[in-house]
Amino acid sequence: MKYLIMVIIGFFVGAATTIVLMFFNPLASANPLSPLAVSDNELISLNYSAVAGDAIVFTNNGNSQVRPKPAKVLQLWEASIRHTEVLVTVLTNSRNAVVGLGVKITSDSESTRLIKAEMLVDSIWHIYLPGRGSLFIEQTENFWSYAREVIAPAYWSSADNWKGVWNGNTTAGPGALGTARVIGGSGEFSNRQMAAVEALSARVYSVESGPLAMDGHLTIELRSEDGALASEFAAE
Amino acid sequence: MFKSLMAGIVLGAVAAVTAVYFVPVVDQHRETSIIAVTKNGGNTELFHINVPMDRILIGASGQSNPLPPGLEWPEDLQFANIRAELFKIRNVRDVVVGIASRMAASSDKVGDSIEWVLHLPARGSAFVMMRPEIIGGVHRIGHLRAGTREFDGLRGRVTERWVPDTSGSEDAPEGRFELLTEFVGIAEDIQ
Repeated sequence: MKYLIMVIIGFFVGAATTIVLMFFNPLASANPLSPLAVSDNELISLNYSAVAGDAIVFTNNGNSQVRPKPAKVLQLWEASIRHTEVLVTVLTNSRNAVVGLGVKITSDSESTRLIKAEMLVDSIWHIYLPGRGSLFIEQTENFWSYAREVIAPAYWSSADNWKGVWNGNTTAGPGALGTARVIGGSGEFSNRQMAAVEALSARVYSVESGPLAMDGHLTIELRSEDGALASEFAAE
Repeated sequence: MFKSLMAGIVLGAVAAVTAVYFVPVVDQHRETSIIAVTKNGGNTELFHINVPMDRILIGASGQSNPLPPGLEWPEDLQFANIRAELFKIRNVRDVVVGIASRMAASSDKVGDSIEWVLHLPARGSAFVMMRPEIIGGVHRIGHLRAGTREFDGLRGRVTERWVPDTSGSEDAPEGRFELLTEFVGIAEDIQ
C-alpha cells in the first residue's frame, strides 16, 4: 500500500514539475526584434489602442473578462464564433495622426500547442486608409510570452493586476521569417503583396477587466509588385 | 519506497507531456460545409445575412440611430465617405458560421470600392473585392483577392445580392444579403 501511495505522490510531483518547467521554459521568451527592422523598403507604421474600452466597437462571446463595447453590441455567442473577437478601431501613424480605420477579427487557433510554447490566434485585419487604399492582413499570432509575462503575474499578484512595461512581437507567421501576409486591395496598394509585423506594448493588466493600458503597432513593409513575397510564402 | 517515488515522478512527467501534446486546447465548432460542384469545376457555396438580426455594426457618419446603440463613430472628415459594416454570416441551414466585414468607400483619389472579408473561424478567411456597379439592378459581382487556410490558393468570384423578405411574417427579417461564392483551385504546373 505504501508503495502505491509513493507512486501516486510521485505522479503528482512529476506532473506538476513538468508543467512548471514548460511554463518557465527560458527558450520561449518574447522576441522584441522585428524581422522588418532591417528592411530597405518603405514601411507604414499604424498604431492603435489594444484596450477594448478605447475601441469604436469590441465584441466577443460576452463571457470573457473583457466586456464588449458599446454594452449593447451584438455578442458572438453562437458555437461557430464563440472563440472569436472583433475589434474596430481608428489607426494612427507614428505622429499620432488618425490615418485610417481597422477591423481586426481574431479566433483561437486549433494549432495551439502549449508544449511548444505556442498560444496561437488566427487573426485578420481589414484596413482602409482614406486617400491611400485598403489592405487585408493575415497572420498567426503567438500570445505565449504575453500570457506568461503579463497575464500570469497579474493573477499571482495580491492586487490582481500587473503593471510594468512589456514589449513583444505577436506575429508568428505565416511568413517564413515570422511575418504576416499583407494583400493590397484598392488604391496604391492594389495588386501588391507585402509583409507585416504586429507588436504589443503593455503597461497595465487587470484580472477583472483585461488590459487597461496597451498599444498595438502594425508595421507594414511596402513592396513594389504583386508576388514579390510569393517565394517566401511558398516556402512555408 | 524511493524507487516507487521515482517511478511515480517519471510517470507523472510522461502523463503531463502526453496530455499537453495530445489534448486539444482549442476545438472550434464546425458546421458541415454545404458545397455544390459546378459544371466547369470548382465549388459554390451560399451564405446569407439576415437583416437586421445579424447586423453587428453600421459605421457611417451622421447616423441618427447608430448601430449598435451607443456607438461613437469618429466624425473625422476623412471617414465621411466610408461605410463599415459587420455581420454574422449564416449557411443555407440558417446557422451562424462566421463573421463578415464589409467596407464601402468612395474617393476621388482611390476610386469607389466595396470589399468583403468573410471570416469562418474553423475554415479560414476570404478577402473579396466587389465591382461597385449593380448589375441589372439586382446584384454585384466581385472576385476573390486572397484567402487564408481553406480559401488559400483559390480564385473565383462572389455575387452579392439583396433579397427583400416577402413572407409578410411579423418575425421575418427585412430581407437578406446573399453571398454566393464560386471558387476553384489555381492550376499549377506539374513538373
